[in-house]
Amino acid sequence: MATETEAPSGLQIHPMDQFLVKPLFGGDAINFYTPTNVTFWMALSVLCVIGLLVIGTRGRAIVPNRIQSIAELAYGFVYKMVEDVAGKDGLKYFPYIMTLFIFIVFANFLGLIPMAFTTTSHIAVTATMALAVFFFVTILGIVKNGFGFLSLFWISAAPLVLRPILAIIEVISYFVRPVSHSIRLAGNMMAGHAVIKVFAGFAGVLGVGAIAPVAAITAVYALEVLVSFIQAYVFAILTCVYLKDALHPHH
Amino acid sequence: MATETTAATEGAQGAAEAAGNGGEAVGMPQLDFSTFGNQIFWLVVTLVAIYIVLSRVALPRIAAVLAERQGTITNDLAAAEELKLQAVKAEEAYNQALAEARAEANRIVADAKVEIKADLDVAIAKADAQIAAKSAESEKAIAEIRASAMDSIKVVAKDTAKEIVAALGGKADAKAITSAVTTRLKG
Repeated sequence: MATETEAPSGLQIHPMDQFLVKPLFGGDAINFYTPTNVTFWMALSVLCVIGLLVIGTRGRAIVPNRIQSIAELAYGFVYKMVEDVAGKDGLKYFPYIMTLFIFIVFANFLGLIPMAFTTTSHIAVTATMALAVFFFVTILGIVKNGFGFLSLFWISAAPLVLRPILAIIEVISYFVRPVSHSIRLAGNMMAGHAVIKVFAGFAGVLGVGAIAPVAAITAVYALEVLVSFIQAYVFAILTCVYLKDALHPHH
Repeated sequence: MATETTAATEGAQGAAEAAGNGGEAVGMPQLDFSTFGNQIFWLVVTLVAIYIVLSRVALPRIAAVLAERQGTITNDLAAAEELKLQAVKAEEAYNQALAEARAEANRIVADAKVEIKADLDVAIAKADAQIAAKSAESEKAIAEIRASAMDSIKVVAKDTAKEIVAALGGKADAKAITSAVTTRLKG
């Protein structure tokens, strides 16, 4: 919710202001319970989820209306993704993955509204989700497979000589997962929004003649719409992949 | 709400300070750890809320709707299959009835033919009899006519012979002439 006041001195672009976490009702202190713009935009995403998946489907129609169609499409999309990637026994965890996916989708798209705050552009948010996924699948893998979970790192298809080296690489890549998982999403969201803001700053300086920056903003915005969905999809499908590794660690 | 960025200082420390000073982003607000607790807390609240909404209401409902639709489609397909079978049966029945009707019609036509033939035979026989009677009658009439013609010829021949004989100056013996003519005619 960063508004810009052009300083009389000229070019003043504040692309990062939009990511500031601010208390909703004034004051300076940000305790963990303080209602902030994070709270506001997350609450909006919850309302959107309820609007789409609960109010949109209240007709329970055999022949669905538009909103119900979208809700069913989202359901079928994630359900099929979980089934295809994680397998039949992964469907038990479908509600968790659906929760993550639908939250990220709505957070991303709400962040595209001008003046909005993008909750998923914050590493704190995405890292929390990525770590939750990481610990969840790791514990699940150990509980389900016990010691056999370690066979995830021991690639029996490779020549015996290479296996220890591959095991080291596999272990490293396994622990890097939450990092890439979270930074991918936050980085994508942050970069796109910052770029839009930079172009918006140019447009602000150029005034009425700002055709090029406005065209650029339009293009980047279109790209961001695409990225918003794709990143949610990537986050969800990676979660499914990790889940599959936990359920079936044998390559 | 005017916020300004001075991108001079970077890093989490600066950002933390700036955020504390009332809304100036310095560096990346993403690395301002003082807001992490807040964000994580509200994220957890949000995710739990969404999870409860999804698992209690939305997902079972959508699953039920999809299952119901699948059921309806299956039922409709079964019903369609049933109707198709009925249609095939109806067609068979129709064809059978048609074949029966054809056979019946053929039978009636054959019966009628036989009847007509019998009538025709009777009529022909009757006509033949009539024709035979007529021709017998005619033959009789012709025979009569021929007989009468013969008699007439006899008379005329006798008379003519008498006259010729008279003309030739002879006295005609009636009996001789008659026998002569009769012999000739028989000849």
